[in-house]
Amino acid sequence: MAKFMLGRKAGMTQLFDEDGISIPVTVIACGPLKVIQNKTVEKDGYVATRVGYENYKKASRPHNGQFSKVEVAPMRYIREFTADEGVEYEAGQEVNVADMFSEGDFVDISGVSKGKGFQGSIKRHGMSRGPMAHGSKYHRSSGSMGSSATPGKVFKGKKLPGQMGNERVTVQNLKVVQVDGERHILVVRGSVPGPKRGLLEIKTSVKGK
Amino acid sequence: MDLIKAVEQSQLKGDFDYIEIGDRVNVHLRITEGARERIQIFEGTVIARKGTGLSETITVRRVSYGVGVERVFPLHSPKIAEVEVLRKGKVRRAKLYYLRGRVGKRTRVKERLVSKKED
Repeated sequence: MAKFMLGRKAGMTQLFDEDGISIPVTVIACGPLKVIQNKTVEKDGYVATRVGYENYKKASRPHNGQFSKVEVAPMRYIREFTADEGVEYEAGQEVNVADMFSEGDFVDISGVSKGKGFQGSIKRHGMSRGPMAHGSKYHRSSGSMGSSATPGKVFKGKKLPGQMGNERVTVQNLKVVQVDGERHILVVRGSVPGPKRGLLEIKTSVKGK
Repeated sequence: MDLIKAVEQSQLKGDFDYIEIGDRVNVHLRITEGARERIQIFEGTVIARKGTGLSETITVRRVSYGVGVERVFPLHSPKIAEVEVLRKGKVRRAKLYYLRGRVGKRTRVKERLVSKKED
């Protein structure tokens, strides 16, 4: 079953499990979502559901137009999720966390990671550094670029300094610890990418158990 | 932040304000041996208190058989049945790490006599 949700990271804390052992958890403010469109094989060639999340007052007219068709108040984020064939949501239907996930499920969560700026290869790729003293003259630079005349070039994908973070990251197989449909809260075990208040896409785990 | 508090709320055990730094306490621990559960008591001086909400902990120090033992207890853990204050301590510091370097009689903490009014 392809389940999905959109939310914002609220932050992390810890909870005690039934054995009294404390586990790290992330609290996510989830939904509610509104279904905008159902994509079908006949019309679009594939099956998907388009949903909106979070009220948005300053929507532009083109953005607005996508919602006026189905008579839903404009929403800030629009995302598309693959759906199972046969499972149809009505356009305009509200989707709650509790409808989607329950305790014990496994989910994959995607978000944009915290930006670290332009970083060297030690922080970015975990390379090791040279000695800092005793006249070593080799401190934190990248080191060898590869072989000499053969192949006579630096291979593509060589790990070098550059932008770190601020990219889409997916964390797989996070266990759902708590679901609160009334307050729209999802609690998962472990950490998720991005800062607090960062937008998250939550889906049923691909490698799910 | 409010959402995090809402999530923690279900497991919070209430206030532990009555425990203060320097107090001598009995910590009642739930120990499970197979199917049986029994209570073990750890007695010592509270030398530190850290964290807020559900992650609040106290560090309890005692000297047993000449060896200093320190244990950190998450106050809201279901493994902790009760924390009982035996006597109040009179201290001027929030962390009593200076007790670590002391042996014998010098490890004692002065008692604060609590009047009935204050109670």
